[in-house]
Amino acid sequence: MTAIRATNLSKRYGSTMAVADLSFDVEPGQVTGFLGPNGAGKSTTMRMILGLDRPSGGSVLVAGRPYAELRHPLRKVGALLDAKAVHGGRSARNHLLAIAQSNGLPASRVEEVLETVGLREVAKRRVGGFSLGMSQRLGIAAALLGDPEILLFDEPVNGLDPDGILWIRTFMRELAAQGRAVFVSSHLMSEMAQTADHLIVIGRGRLIADTSVQEFIGRSSQGYVRVRSPRLAEVAELVKVGELHHDHLRVTAMSTLEIGTLTARAGIPLEELTFVQPSLEAAYMELTKDSLEFSA
Amino acid sequence: MIDILRSEWTKIRSVRSTVWTLAAAFGLMVGLSALLSASIKNDAEGPIPAGQAVAASLLGIMFAQLAIATLGVLVISSEYRTGGIRTSLMSVPKRMKLLTGKLVVFGATSLVVSALASAAALGVGLAFTQPPELATGEVVRALIGSSLYLTACGIFGLGLGTLVRHTPGAIVAAIGLMLVLPQVANQLPGQWGRTVAEYFTTNAGQLLVAGQSSESLTPWGGFGVYLAWIAVATIAGAVLMQRRDA
Repeated sequence: MTAIRATNLSKRYGSTMAVADLSFDVEPGQVTGFLGPNGAGKSTTMRMILGLDRPSGGSVLVAGRPYAELRHPLRKVGALLDAKAVHGGRSARNHLLAIAQSNGLPASRVEEVLETVGLREVAKRRVGGFSLGMSQRLGIAAALLGDPEILLFDEPVNGLDPDGILWIRTFMRELAAQGRAVFVSSHLMSEMAQTADHLIVIGRGRLIADTSVQEFIGRSSQGYVRVRSPRLAEVAELVKVGELHHDHLRVTAMSTLEIGTLTARAGIPLEELTFVQPSLEAAYMELTKDSLEFSA
Repeated sequence: MIDILRSEWTKIRSVRSTVWTLAAAFGLMVGLSALLSASIKNDAEGPIPAGQAVAASLLGIMFAQLAIATLGVLVISSEYRTGGIRTSLMSVPKRMKLLTGKLVVFGATSLVVSALASAAALGVGLAFTQPPELATGEVVRALIGSSLYLTACGIFGLGLGTLVRHTPGAIVAAIGLMLVLPQVANQLPGQWGRTVAEYFTTNAGQLLVAGQSSESLTPWGGFGVYLAWIAVATIAGAVLMQRRDA
C-alpha cells in the first residue's frame, strides 16, 4: 500500500503559497528523498502530513487515512521534525517514556530504542545538555518507538559531523531494506544522491520532479568537452559535431583524445581542452534556479 | 484515554518546575499562616475568635494561587516554547483528548497538593492562635473551600496558557486577572461598580475560602461564578488549539 499520498496539497500563509497543488506518493521499501531549496515548503508539507498544520486545500493520507484518524499513530508513523524540540529538563528516558505511554507502548520499548540509537549510557541525563548529534539520535529513538512502517525525517543530517551523517545514512538505508517507507527531506542534492532511491523535488511549494534517482542522474549527468582556442572557428570546422559558444566550443560526441589528435594534426594551438562533468548538485541547481525564494 | 493520562503524569512528574511551583505554593500557605497567626496571637488581648483564626491560617492563598497558576500555565506553554507540542500532537493527534489529559492530570495533582497545603496551613495556624470555640465543621469547610479554590486557580492558569501559548504572556494574564484587576474592580464607584467587583474572578471565588456570602452571592455561588470565568478562558483556549497550526 502507498505509505503517503498527497493530493493537490496546498498551504497558504496570507498572500504567499508555501505549498501549491502538490501531489505525490511515497512507497514502502525505499528511501524517498524530498528535495528542495530552503523555504521550498518541505517542512510545511511534512507538518501537513502529520496533521500538525491544516492544509488550505487538497489532502494527504498516511497509510490510507488522515493522520488524525490513526488510532495509535506512532505504531504506524514515526517522525523526526526538529531534534531540539524537547523539554530540556527531562531525562532522555522520561522523554521517551511519556511518548511511549501515550500510544500504549510498553516501557521495555524505551530501553530497546535507547539501545538501538546508542543512548543507553546517557538515558538518565537531562536532554537539555545533549549535543545536536545526541538530540538527533534521541529524535530517531522517539520515531522508532512504535516500530512504525512509515518514517519521516526532516533534514536529519543538518549540522551533524561526518560520523553522525554516515550513521543516519546507513540507518535510513536499513529501515528501507526492512520494507519500511522512509521519507527524508534535504536541501542537499549530494546527500540525497547517496541515500535515496526516489526523489521528489519541489521549489516554491510546487512539484519540479518526481523520479527515481537513477533516472535523475542519467538525465542530468551528460558531460561534454570544452575547447578553447585562438582559432576556434577552424576547430569547429574540424570536429564538425561541436556547438559553438561565444568563447568556447562544446563537444558531446567526441573524447578529449580524439579532439586533441585532430587539432594536433592540423597544427591548431589549443588554450583549453577539458572534459566537463556536471555534478548532480549542478543539475539540481539548474532545476531549481527559477524557484529559489531568496537569490543571492 | 488512560494511555494519555499515564503519559501526562510522566511529563508532569519529570520536570523540576513542577516541584518548584508546588513547593512554593505549599511553603507560602504554611509560612504565611505561621507568620500571621503568631502575630495575631501576640497582639491579641484574650482569646481569638474561631472565624478570625481560620481566616488568618489561609491568608497565604493570595500568593499560593499564583504559584499554582504558574504551574498550570507551564504545563502547556512549556510545550509551545520548546516545540514539544508537536511531538505531543503527533502522539495524540486528537487535540481535545490531549488537552483533557492535561486538565485531568494537572487538576488531580493540584487538588492533592492544595489539600495538603491547606491542611498544613490550618494545622500550623490554629496551633498558634488556639481559638477556644473551634467547631470541626468550620475547619473542614475551610479546608475543602481552600483546596478547591487553589485547584481552580491552577486550572485557570492552564486555560490561559492554552489561550496565550506564551509563558510570560500567560503568567502576566494570570496575575492580572487573579490579583490586580480584582483589586482595581473593588475601586469602581457606585452600585454598578460594586456588582462588577463582586463577580470579578477571585473576588467571587474567594467567598468559598472565607465561607461568607457577599451582597448577592453565596460562597458556592461565588465559586460557581469563578468557575465560569475559568471555563471561558479554557474553552476559548481549546477552540483556538483545535483551529491553529501547531
